Amino acid sequence: MSKNWPLWEIFVRSKNGLEHRHFGSLHASDAEMALENARDVYTRRSEGVSIWVVESSNITASNPENNGELFEPAQDKVYRHPTFYDLPDEVKHM
Amino acid sequence: MSNEQIKNLEEIFEARIARDEKIEPKDWMPEKYRKTHIRQMSQHAHSEIIGMLPEGNWITRAPSLRRKAALLAKVQDEAGHGLYLYSACETLGVSRDELYEQLHTGKAKYSSIFNYPTVTWADMGAIGWLVDGAAIINQVPLCNTSFGPYARAMVRVCKEESFHQRQGFEIMLKLCNGTQEQKDMAQDALNRWWWPSLMMLGPTDAESIHTEQSMKWKLKRKSNDDLRQQFIDQTVPQAELLGLTIPDPDLKWNDEKGVYDFGEIDWDEFWQVVKGHGPCNKKRMKDRVSAWDNGKWVRDAAMAHAEKKEAKKLKEAI
Repeated sequence: MSKNWPLWEIFVRSKNGLEHRHFGSLHASDAEMALENARDVYTRRSEGVSIWVVESSNITASNPENNGELFEPAQDKVYRHPTFYDLPDEVKHM
Repeated sequence: MSNEQIKNLEEIFEARIARDEKIEPKDWMPEKYRKTHIRQMSQHAHSEIIGMLPEGNWITRAPSLRRKAALLAKVQDEAGHGLYLYSACETLGVSRDELYEQLHTGKAKYSSIFNYPTVTWADMGAIGWLVDGAAIINQVPLCNTSFGPYARAMVRVCKEESFHQRQGFEIMLKLCNGTQEQKDMAQDALNRWWWPSLMMLGPTDAESIHTEQSMKWKLKRKSNDDLRQQFIDQTVPQAELLGLTIPDPDLKWNDEKGVYDFGEIDWDEFWQVVKGHGPCNKKRMKDRVSAWDNGKWVRDAAMAHAEKKEAKKLKEAI
């Protein structure tokens, strides 16, 4: 029997008030071991206060080839930004 | 895809890199880019992993608890660096097992410097000071390399590397301020590690086959010879501070060029070690492979345990 340990993606919150950020990945037999290994691999110098581990195979990623249809429609919707609206200079606090 | 279409994609790709855009794993990339990155990143990872062995040799014999804790932390960092780099490499679709297989069968290389023995405690000082010093010079420019996962891993590696060099220099300093015997030990370590450290920065530019392409992809920002000169110029004053003599009779300051001139490097020795005939090539490989093989039952048991737990959880849910 030889089954490889699955790959896990590691997310670390550097300090309270900040979001978890992707730090990298590692192999572990289960989630508990992934957490323990993540502690040793990614937070040896107090880089975090909280760790999430997600098995890589559970992540669905968008394909850069579809970036056009996914992200370009936002580019011509300038009316979603405050600067689109012309207001007289006298208007304060807006 | 037609040849023309591929050529077009390649041009767009090269232009992105020239604009300093990062390439991420799922982006289209030329096959050669992918292969070159797998090769370089995995060699780099292997070097970190094999690099633990010469220093691991002294953990149990460190002269004080302070030195032992520092050396242990340094070796643990190297394991970490290897893991960052393997995981960055895996984003290109190669598995960890394939990478290990390449290392264990000798298909992939690791840095030749680790094929030299560590015979005295002073070698821990010389390795930190010189080998990590040369590594930093090699690695800092890679923080801006074009492949995102590699650049991110290198930022983390470089942040941690500076402690390695400082702890090495401190070991040398302590020995140099000690008894004559201790100072001799430091000098002996410098004598043995100086030339291999210069070789670590790679073959001369005339002999370096990958330089031009690597410069374009920002896998390299400076040529091997420029990096070597930089290393020598920054290290010579440090040796003077220690009161040690660099083992090169031709080494002298060139006022006109504003750099140190240095003697001929024995490239025959370098290629001999690369080809597997260094003093410790066989031992390093044997130690690595046996560590992997002897750990197999542990990896299998952990996997079996995880599967059993998972099955139990499923059963309880039903």
